[in-house]
Amino acid sequence: MNANDLIILLTACLVTLACVIPGSFLVLRRMTMFGDALSHAVLPGIVIAYLLSGSLHGWPMLFSATLTGLLVTLLIETVQQKMRVQSDAAIGLIYTFLFAVGVILVSLFSRQTDLDQECVLYGDLALIPFETRYAGLPGAVWTTLLIDCALILTVWIGYRAFWSSTFDAGFARASGFSVLFWHYVLMAMVSLATVSAFESVGAILVISLLVGPPALASLFARTLTQMLILAALFGLFSCILGYLLATGLDASIAGAIATVNGLLFALGVAFRKILSH
Amino acid sequence: MAEQALSFFLLREPNIRMVVAGVLLLSLISALVGCFTFLRKRSLMGDAIAHSVLPGICVAFMLSNERNPLLLLLGALLSGLLAVGLMEYLSRRRLTRPDTALSLLLSSFFGLGILLLTYIQHQGDAAQAGLEKYLFGKAAGITSADVELLGISAILVVAAILLLRRGFTLLAFDEDYARAAGWPVALLQLSLSVLTVWAVSIGIQAVGVVLMAALLITPALAARFWTHSIARMLLLAALFGMISGYSGAFISYLAPGMPTGPWVVVTATLLAGFSMLFAPRRGVLARWQTHRNNRNTMLQENILKLFYQLGEKSGEERHTVLEEDLLNQRAFAPQALRRGLRKLEQQGLLLHRLHTYQLSDEGLREARRVVRLHRLWELYLQRYLHLAPDHVHDDAEAMEHVITPEIEEQLEQLLQNPERDPHNTAIPPKA
Repeated sequence: MNANDLIILLTACLVTLACVIPGSFLVLRRMTMFGDALSHAVLPGIVIAYLLSGSLHGWPMLFSATLTGLLVTLLIETVQQKMRVQSDAAIGLIYTFLFAVGVILVSLFSRQTDLDQECVLYGDLALIPFETRYAGLPGAVWTTLLIDCALILTVWIGYRAFWSSTFDAGFARASGFSVLFWHYVLMAMVSLATVSAFESVGAILVISLLVGPPALASLFARTLTQMLILAALFGLFSCILGYLLATGLDASIAGAIATVNGLLFALGVAFRKILSH
Repeated sequence: MAEQALSFFLLREPNIRMVVAGVLLLSLISALVGCFTFLRKRSLMGDAIAHSVLPGICVAFMLSNERNPLLLLLGALLSGLLAVGLMEYLSRRRLTRPDTALSLLLSSFFGLGILLLTYIQHQGDAAQAGLEKYLFGKAAGITSADVELLGISAILVVAAILLLRRGFTLLAFDEDYARAAGWPVALLQLSLSVLTVWAVSIGIQAVGVVLMAALLITPALAARFWTHSIARMLLLAALFGMISGYSGAFISYLAPGMPTGPWVVVTATLLAGFSMLFAPRRGVLARWQTHRNNRNTMLQENILKLFYQLGEKSGEERHTVLEEDLLNQRAFAPQALRRGLRKLEQQGLLLHRLHTYQLSDEGLREARRVVRLHRLWELYLQRYLHLAPDHVHDDAEAMEHVITPEIEEQLEQLLQNPERDPHNTAIPPKA
């Protein structure tokens, strides 16, 4: 294993950490498809920020993606409540539309940029080590590290609010937490996680990182803290396994990690069955 | 530009003919199938299926080592159905919530697909070139063989829907009833799943994984705003789907390099947005209008009632009231009151002289009607629901605006043409 492999693995682990934190709440709140939608729908925001700033990292990207994420949330809720469209169709309508707009933007400007459709759908972790480096590490690593810290800090500060609004919205309201506010905070967190994952695993496989490890953790965890820690551990484990599988086959690392997430969940289900017998 | 547009509309080049025919057929199929998944509130199922056909395509290619469209289609069908089956299993056994099962299977299958696809690509086999079109879709690459397949599929889908329409409708609206009435629910579910997987599998190479979901969801959603009848909804969805398909093909023909799929989706979404805003009855504007009308009617009827009550107090039915006194009643916000008075005056229900108002003959009749309905309802609540007299007012306040002449008649019969309400005030006689 050389330095480049280590950087790839480090990036994958950091990205996974960023995803499982909001992902755990999505799983508990039965909103995983919202996360799926959000991870596709921030595409136009990412493309616009990329065209303006010329980089996939840095403040413009974080700002624009978070803003787009909140906008998407607002749009979906508007269609659901004001237009009275059932939630599944509202999600499907908005995210496919925004994704289509994103793809159109990419093909409009593909000559000026090196952002292409494949990168949009499944980024390439293997290219991370060849990026411009700051203090010895690629930009993506620093951005993701920053996002990780921000997400952990948010959960730490808002732990009680998240906990109560996830399990008992009425109790949360009675305790003085604004359920709506924390809903939007969560959506902003999902958007941030998506940005961090975008370049390395692409828009589609973000959902695997958001849902896979937390779903597996939810089979075993008994408390919220347990769930978050287990999800992070399972996530890291599947990163390492996925990385080994991908290098063995000479194939996409992101694809391998998603496959491993699915397989681990299947194993988890089988394990639970054996335990209960 | 005009020349180009003309050559598109006249379908001069065989290539355009293929693309247009292919996109139209595909939009038709997915819009029809999408109606039922939409009504079953399983729209995102289409999304999940679109993602999960990829590994099947790759495995089929690896086994046969050629890009035989039929074999790849078979692979896609099998892996799509496997994903649907697993989803059902996970949610039915309560191993996870349905949404988690959906997201998990979608991402795992797609991940496996990407893994296999990149593996195949890195093997450097020449035959694999073009496999990536299943990811992003390439409508320009539709061949005559594809169109034939799409045509046959369209006939099959339409036939299946005509044949199973009643079953599918029951399944969508009341699954429990369908089961109780002896319909083969499991079989119906399976056939709907097969149709969805089929539509996705043939469509994915034209529009790609992500946007396939939109072809299923968006036309159905738009159509739902215009009608309550399922037959009309199917027709409208097909129409909306085909309009967006045609426009998408047109735009990408005019601006080379523009992908067809995304433009189909953008057009379809615009149609859906238009429907959500402007559709009669269910559209936002129509609902807003109805809401405003109702509010105005209620305001006006309440003002007339106030006039009647003031008249009762003074002993003179068409009592002349000072505008100031009305405002001092504080029953209405000043602005709303002025608006209501102006409307009533325009309709000839109120007579306005300087700073005073008086009910016209017609206004008195209308005021009596509303007060009568209010008091009849109060009496009904007291006699038949045994509510205390001080508990009946608020409910009557709402009901007086919606009681129809037919209900009024029934109330009269039930209460035997009463003269006094629970508060012992007179109920105005019928006009």
